[in-house]
Amino acid sequence: MILSMKRWFWPLLTLFCSVAQAAPVQPPDELVRAVTENVLTAVRTDKDIQNGNSQKTLALVNTKVLPAFNFERMTGLALGRDWNKATPAQKKQLAELFRDLLVRTYSNALSQYRDQTVRYKPFAMKAGDTDALVRTEIIKPGSRAIQLDYSLGLESKGWKIYDVVVAGVSLVTNYRDTFREEVSKGGIDGLIKSLSDKIKKLDEKRK
Amino acid sequence: MKRMLQVCARVLAALTLGATLALVSAQAQENGDGNGGNGNGAYDPLEGFNRAMFAVNEGIDQVALKPAAQAYEAVVPLPARVGVANFYDNIWDVNRSGNAFLQGKPREGLTGLARLLINSTIGIFGLFDVASELELEEGDEDFGQTLAVWGVPDGPYLFLPFVGPSNPRDLAGWGVDQATYPLWAHVEDRPALRNSLVVLGAVRGRAALLPADTVISDASFDKYTYIRSAALQRRAAQIRD
Repeated sequence: MILSMKRWFWPLLTLFCSVAQAAPVQPPDELVRAVTENVLTAVRTDKDIQNGNSQKTLALVNTKVLPAFNFERMTGLALGRDWNKATPAQKKQLAELFRDLLVRTYSNALSQYRDQTVRYKPFAMKAGDTDALVRTEIIKPGSRAIQLDYSLGLESKGWKIYDVVVAGVSLVTNYRDTFREEVSKGGIDGLIKSLSDKIKKLDEKRK
Repeated sequence: MKRMLQVCARVLAALTLGATLALVSAQAQENGDGNGGNGNGAYDPLEGFNRAMFAVNEGIDQVALKPAAQAYEAVVPLPARVGVANFYDNIWDVNRSGNAFLQGKPREGLTGLARLLINSTIGIFGLFDVASELELEEGDEDFGQTLAVWGVPDGPYLFLPFVGPSNPRDLAGWGVDQATYPLWAHVEDRPALRNSLVVLGAVRGRAALLPADTVISDASFDKYTYIRSAALQRRAAQIRD
């Protein structure tokens, strides 16, 4: 028995490892495409979302969009130097609040993307890369195409988006000046408070 | 000939204004603490003045420009709005193309000329953007970017009513672009038509920004700071390309 275990151990381990390795890590461009198409299909077909049903829109964002993002990394980028002043608990809280703010801001705008199409630009990546830039273009009849780029990083759970750049403007680093001002006024806790106040205000507006 | 001289005079006026502002701001920089005194990444030593101008602009927008843009969206059907936007845009291809050449981008300059030729003829005076269908992409160059490519520094952040986020260099560039925009020169002798075209241009430009209003007010803690960050990033990206 022991002998047979020994005999099978390495082949089995090798097999197991190769299976684990082959478990498909979705490449960055395919991830972005999948998320975009999921959202566009929902926005084009779902009447409730088109009419601005915020419950349904939030549900769509929570299931289809959020899993593709790394909010802790995004929040770290938005805070810049001040990120290191935060305790692990504060970091977690900040990331959740920043996520809630972005979700509320942009899910509200989703219904406007009905008549837009997305063009995916050619994507190239070298083997072993842990950082990738996926470029797309939003095309709307009668106006100039808008560049929409996603920065992704490779993590243990696969590729995750950590920045979205619209026409050269990073939605994440655009908060740097604002956050720095808040932190210099009231410290990390001050920023946490103004973020939650802002989110409360947005929720009241929706009611 | 007279028209050429007028255009030259206005170009000179715009450049002089830019140079004066650059000097004034250079002095402000010497007197200040070097980073604009707000402790932020943005170089904004004139923040007090800018915030006042920002408030003026918001006021004008709330009572006049935004309602006009909303009415325009409500009354004019989409195909007509697209035609209007294309008409103004088509003529801007003259400036975009010229600036592309001045920045040493002959390919983009020639594309602009081809666009102008196609859209002004097959596209019926620019009402239809046929060139984009043919994958001749619209450029994005202006004289402020040309000055940047030539090594002119931007100077401090400047916010002005009607112009929006700018700086001395880009303001001078904006002046030169306006002075050389062929449409304005073409209707110079007909003030009523010129004024209507200026107003329509402003209204359609504002209408294009309407969808962004909610996003900006939802996203920002302080609208001034948020727009300043976005404008600086956007400008850097335009110059980099």
